[in-house]
Amino acid sequence: MREANLAYLFIAPTLVIVGLVFIWPLLYSLWLSFNRLNLGVSPNPTWVWLHNYALIFTDPAFSTDVWNTTVRTVIFTVISVPAELIIGLAFALLLNEEFRGRTFFRSVMIVPYAMLTISNGLVWSYILDPTYGVLNVILQRWGLISNFQNWLGTPVGAMGWVIAADVWKTVPFMIIILLASLQTFPTNIYKAAEVDGAGTIQRFWRVTLPMLRPAILIALVLRTLGAFRVFDIIYVLTGGGPADATNVLSYYIYAQAFIDFHIGYASAVAYLTTIAMVLIIIVYLIILRSESAA
Amino acid sequence: MSGHRHGLLRRILFPLGVAFFTVFSLAPFVWMVYASFVPKSQLLSDPFALPPQFTINNYYRLFASANDGIGADNFRHAIINSLGVCAVTTLISLLIGSIGGYAFARLRFGGKNALLLFLLAIQFLPSVTVIIPMYRMGSAVHLLNTWWILIFAYTSFALPFTLWIMRGYFESIPRSLENAARVDGCSRFGAFLRVVLPLSAPGFAATAIFTFLNAWDEFFFALIFTNNYAAKTLPVALSEFTSRHTIDFGLQMSGGVVANILPVVIALSMQRYIVRGLTAGGVKG
Repeated sequence: MREANLAYLFIAPTLVIVGLVFIWPLLYSLWLSFNRLNLGVSPNPTWVWLHNYALIFTDPAFSTDVWNTTVRTVIFTVISVPAELIIGLAFALLLNEEFRGRTFFRSVMIVPYAMLTISNGLVWSYILDPTYGVLNVILQRWGLISNFQNWLGTPVGAMGWVIAADVWKTVPFMIIILLASLQTFPTNIYKAAEVDGAGTIQRFWRVTLPMLRPAILIALVLRTLGAFRVFDIIYVLTGGGPADATNVLSYYIYAQAFIDFHIGYASAVAYLTTIAMVLIIIVYLIILRSESAA
Repeated sequence: MSGHRHGLLRRILFPLGVAFFTVFSLAPFVWMVYASFVPKSQLLSDPFALPPQFTINNYYRLFASANDGIGADNFRHAIINSLGVCAVTTLISLLIGSIGGYAFARLRFGGKNALLLFLLAIQFLPSVTVIIPMYRMGSAVHLLNTWWILIFAYTSFALPFTLWIMRGYFESIPRSLENAARVDGCSRFGAFLRVVLPLSAPGFAATAIFTFLNAWDEFFFALIFTNNYAAKTLPVALSEFTSRHTIDFGLQMSGGVVANILPVVIALSMQRYIVRGLTAGGVKG
């Protein structure tokens, strides 16, 4: 058999599965987004051209929701991703030092990495529970609060804690990526900087950070993609509440499609979300290319 | 830089940093384990009462009695579903992905780079993009509430990564080794089986671990595609502990411990594969 034919034969199973799970649904959902399909009201798809998109952009009843949901998704992303980066970088630098028990402490970070996202959410919802939550118990015992607080009861509090729970779960990813990069640095580069009279802080800004740049960029893009589609932690911690304060794009689309059954409309929102993600992916690929070329 | 300042930094700030790191990383997990062993009465009155009382009652209720959560039978079904779905997903992904990875590493064909880039990019598409059409497709062919729709979905998520990693491993094996085997009378397939496969075992281990852990953690598709315990997996089961009238925290936490034993043990014992896999590039975080 010709080599190319053999290759196509080998790749065929992958392409068939990826085609059935990604390509065909992408086309199908584009078609759905041009249809009215509300289970209960109009259970059969009716072609309505750009009606669903018109709702998103011009009908205030929908456009306000979509706009606010998008803004919340962006807020979630631009707070959680830099927070993960800063905490992850600090811990990576810490674990890169030589000290006794380093191997043990490097294993510690694997625990949050391995913990189920749903379990993470459930533990946090228990910790934050207004009546039985352990956070209230601890803070009251230390005299920091006088009454039990409903941590997830306010819009800002809910968003803050959702971000905190997500950061906790994703910091290990940052540590692993950054620590792996730190370990490839030649040790004499620090010695050279020391000879030049650079202090700890200067060394960080002038040597460590520039050398970490490729790893940081890749980690940032990957985590941005992850944060942009956050769903699980929202589902278990807040259900998008209170008063939609944590209702982000994935959750909004889920609720529209699988609770309210506005299938056509949800497909249109999902499609626009996908386009936004594709743009981020393209940026990612450009970065990956320029970094591997450099 | 003065040695004195450095010494102070190391002796005081450094241990503090390590301590903070440890508490930060372990607190929620430790709390889950602790709460699962503490009797309900103590959890509700004073969770830190000394000396702490410990009980395995939560685990007993989880497995052996009707409980306020989802019921022991359903919980057992969820465990079996998770194990089955994840094991089959891992096997199929490894098989299909490694064959594809081999083609990308060793064979010449048109459109190779474009195809690889495409596969690498596609894994980052958000779940919401495909979940509505997949739900309707699954419903049309009667695959909802079966293992197969989950296996199908998870395999497709895992394939680009598997292919990418295995391609890297296959490329790192010198062609001369393979050629030598073929001179000795092996077919291309024989050389693949006897030379390439054994040498790329670490790659298989890394991809198997990732595929399994990701599938074990997956919630969104399982939530949408299953509505009974013929196929509901552990994450969905855990999420349902809350949706009943009262939240039984002890039961919920013990369920969490059971669901997390496998991933935590796998991740701790296979740590170096995880580090290697994540740093191989292009993995979703």
